[in-house]
Amino acid sequence: MNSYLNDLVANAPVMIVTMTVLVVMLVEAVRKTRPVATYYVSITGLAFAAVFAITNLTVEGLSFGGMLLHGGYANFFGALFCCVSFFTVILSRNYFERQKYHRGEFYILLLFATIGMMLIASANDLIIVFLGIELMSVCLYVLAGFIRTKERANEAALKYFLLGAFATGFLLYGIALIYGAVGTTNLAMIRNVFAVVSINILFVIGAGLLLIGLAFKAAAVPFHMWAPDVYEGAPTPVTAFMSTGAKAAAFAAFITLFIRTFDFIGGQVNELLAVLAAASMILGNIVAIAQTNVKRMLAYSSIAHAGYMLAGIATGTLDGQVGVMFYLAAYAVMNLGAFAIISLVEHEGDQNLLLDDYAGLSYSQPLLAVLMAIFMFALAGVPPFAGFFGKYYIFLAVIRAKMVWLAIIGVLTSLVSAYYYLRLVVLMFFSHGRATVETSPPRIVLTMIVLSALLVLLFGLFPSIIIQTAQHYF
Amino acid sequence: MASGFILTTTIFLPLVFAVAIFFLPKENIKGIKLVALSGSIVTFLVSLFLFFGYEAAMGGFQFLHKFTWISSLNISYFVGIDGMSLLLILLTTFLIPLALLGTWNSIEKQLKGYSIMVLLLELGMIGVFASLDLFLFYIFWEAMLIPMYFIIGVWGGPNRIYAAVKFFLFTLFGSVLMLVAIIWLGYFASTVPGGQFTTNLFDLYRIAPQLPINLQMWMFAAFGLSFAIKVPVWPLHTWLPDAHVEAPTAGSVILAGVLLKMGTYGFIRFNLPLFADASLRAMPFMCLLAVIGIVYGALVAMVQTDMKKLVAYSSVSHMGFVILGIFSMTEEGLQGAIIQMVNHGLSTGALFLLVGMIYDRTHTRSIADYGGVAKLMPVYATFLMVISFSSIGLPGLNGFVGEFLVMLGSFKSTLLDNRWFAVVAGLGVIFSAVYMLWMYQRLMMGPAHSDGLYGGHHLTDLTKREIAVLVPIVLFVVWIGVFPKTFLSKSAPLVKHTVEQMESVNRGSPIRFAGSLQVQSGK
Repeated sequence: MNSYLNDLVANAPVMIVTMTVLVVMLVEAVRKTRPVATYYVSITGLAFAAVFAITNLTVEGLSFGGMLLHGGYANFFGALFCCVSFFTVILSRNYFERQKYHRGEFYILLLFATIGMMLIASANDLIIVFLGIELMSVCLYVLAGFIRTKERANEAALKYFLLGAFATGFLLYGIALIYGAVGTTNLAMIRNVFAVVSINILFVIGAGLLLIGLAFKAAAVPFHMWAPDVYEGAPTPVTAFMSTGAKAAAFAAFITLFIRTFDFIGGQVNELLAVLAAASMILGNIVAIAQTNVKRMLAYSSIAHAGYMLAGIATGTLDGQVGVMFYLAAYAVMNLGAFAIISLVEHEGDQNLLLDDYAGLSYSQPLLAVLMAIFMFALAGVPPFAGFFGKYYIFLAVIRAKMVWLAIIGVLTSLVSAYYYLRLVVLMFFSHGRATVETSPPRIVLTMIVLSALLVLLFGLFPSIIIQTAQHYF
Repeated sequence: MASGFILTTTIFLPLVFAVAIFFLPKENIKGIKLVALSGSIVTFLVSLFLFFGYEAAMGGFQFLHKFTWISSLNISYFVGIDGMSLLLILLTTFLIPLALLGTWNSIEKQLKGYSIMVLLLELGMIGVFASLDLFLFYIFWEAMLIPMYFIIGVWGGPNRIYAAVKFFLFTLFGSVLMLVAIIWLGYFASTVPGGQFTTNLFDLYRIAPQLPINLQMWMFAAFGLSFAIKVPVWPLHTWLPDAHVEAPTAGSVILAGVLLKMGTYGFIRFNLPLFADASLRAMPFMCLLAVIGIVYGALVAMVQTDMKKLVAYSSVSHMGFVILGIFSMTEEGLQGAIIQMVNHGLSTGALFLLVGMIYDRTHTRSIADYGGVAKLMPVYATFLMVISFSSIGLPGLNGFVGEFLVMLGSFKSTLLDNRWFAVVAGLGVIFSAVYMLWMYQRLMMGPAHSDGLYGGHHLTDLTKREIAVLVPIVLFVVWIGVFPKTFLSKSAPLVKHTVEQMESVNRGSPIRFAGSLQVQSGK
């Protein structure tokens, strides 16, 4: 009993979010007409969990009979997920109030999805990986179609659900095959016997199926088909949450499985990962050029960014892991900032989402335009912003792993990406137009956006803040 | 370390003033202008400490300032200057206040953003010339694109969007491949015995002789492409006329005056010492591109009808001389190249200022719209004449020193061993007289327009402010022309050492490029 209590305390961030969601459900049941109450409880809980996770980044341990990892690596991602979720909650209130669709259950679903993500990062067992991914995905299916009066949103949700269920199948098959080959789902045990089982064809196929399932969740080519439609159709804060949180969760699983557990370095599985990475970078960046809708453009851009991170995974090294972890944090701040601005510019009923609607934004909303420009330059990987250092570290890992060709594809495609990110800057600053914002942006959302812009700069100039933490976990 | 602090101050002073401007209300136009101007003047004054404090006799890198930045990747904030970077930093800090003052009333919209961008650009440019860590260098090198992109895109001419995007993507294309090469080089440093991953330039100089030749060729190509685009070397020059023509006057001045030098600076600072073998092999090829650029730029300049475009193509031609000087790999050639960088910054910067001044009055840049201006603007005509002569390379003015040394160097270069390069480059000098004098004639000579209107406006001669901008430039034009030793002596140790290294590599017994290390060991 006592050890059970210890386990609960050790996993405090997950537990705090779980408690929060329970309280939110109660509040929601009592005050159905006032979703604002759930909003406040949610941000309080998430803030606590984030603070708790950040203050416990060094010590690592196992709990619940070796099923869960706590502290350290799990808390790094726990903090990331809580911050992303915190930002999303703040953004959502403003967004849904303007859309006249503010409901309390939104926060419940969001918090459950956050718990799922945190479980993925804490997993030390394939079952927990699966549990986390399912918890996250099921909530996201609903969130994508949350505004159920909209056809687009329904289409997005259905598409996401059908394809997502399919991917889950792959994932489960993979787990089953690995269990068949090794006789355990515990990751530590799999790591111990890896040298022996890695020649077993069942095991390799299992790992391949896991790879497919995770690549789907990360929206990497060729399993990216759902991303543009879902990102476009889902409410903008949900898109922000999916493209940062859910992607980070998928990569947390990638790191756990393909770097920390399997040791395919230099083998065919890593070559396959490298090919997927290259394909994602090329396709994502090139197709993004043709987009006219901002959300769709950022959807393709997120496919490309998945490619950069997969390149880090493909190295299978500590460098790759650190690079991906840094990249995820950097990508989260810059993408959340960009989507927050999109949600402010967006008008009711999916209006004002085209690139051309941003023409002349710097004249009507200079602050928003400057912030958006910062996020665009950061996404394009121009120094001194965080996106640049993320790419630098990934390419460093890739070159150290003797895959110079992948680095060259990476830099050339990021050149392509500069073209479409710059197009938004061109429209906002160099063209004249009638870009408008419906209501003046609320102060709290603006504060969050400014904060993310500062973080983008801070991570870019002093990346050691994250790097040094991330280097502990291997 | 105390002296290194002066260098760091010079680099970041513009940032301080940019932040100050950020907090000024945007209606306070006069205040913004004054803060920007005084910021750039203070930066210039501080940089004078560097000039007088640099001991040329000692050579090597001085004013070193170093502290750990990203320890896990062995990256440090590491700056320091030698003679070449000193001259280019001074050129930068000298031109920025003049560019601001020279275009005092030309910018009508969003002055606040403009002033911030110019100061940020200055920060980036000084940083590029001072960085001794490749990572730091790359940050400055690329970050500097952002302000220039905005300067062209927001305050430029009618076709500014095309020009700004083309400028950005062209330069980015070069730099991203250089990034791969930088990382690769750092990785190579970790594979030599006892090595670790590093981007520290001194460490890289030390391991450079161990680079196998095929790797050297790749890296020479990656670094070289990035620099060649910036210079620009023919045939990579196509972004330049667009950017120059569309940029506002101050943008053109900075672009021609300083930005282009970053490319040639990179060749001398990185390509020659790091990839000596590859440089020797690429020598004839680079010289060929250089003379093609010299002749091509001059010929195309001749047929231009737009003043700015003419000056832009003349830059292609003049920068060809710098490349030729560098790749002649003689002391004369390299000295000529370095002084030619300064010369080109002064005279082309002044030419763009002069074009901007008359454009502010008439709002036309077409040469055909002018004629007989000398009668109406005698002071302007005098300045234009002096600067044109400087650009042509008239003895007694700065242009002569640079071009003469470059041609001398390439003529007697034993490594290059082909005199035709110098001969063809000589053609460029003749052509430059043709296009400059012809432009002068069409603008200034002949009868004045009978109604006194040019582009629908009356002409008035230069104001005191404009004269105050041009006089310091003319002063230096004459100074370098008459007594270049003041400046040549600063870069002499670097040049001597580079040439010695090249010759030793050619003999097959490479010495490493270590001249820089004398000072470092003292710390």
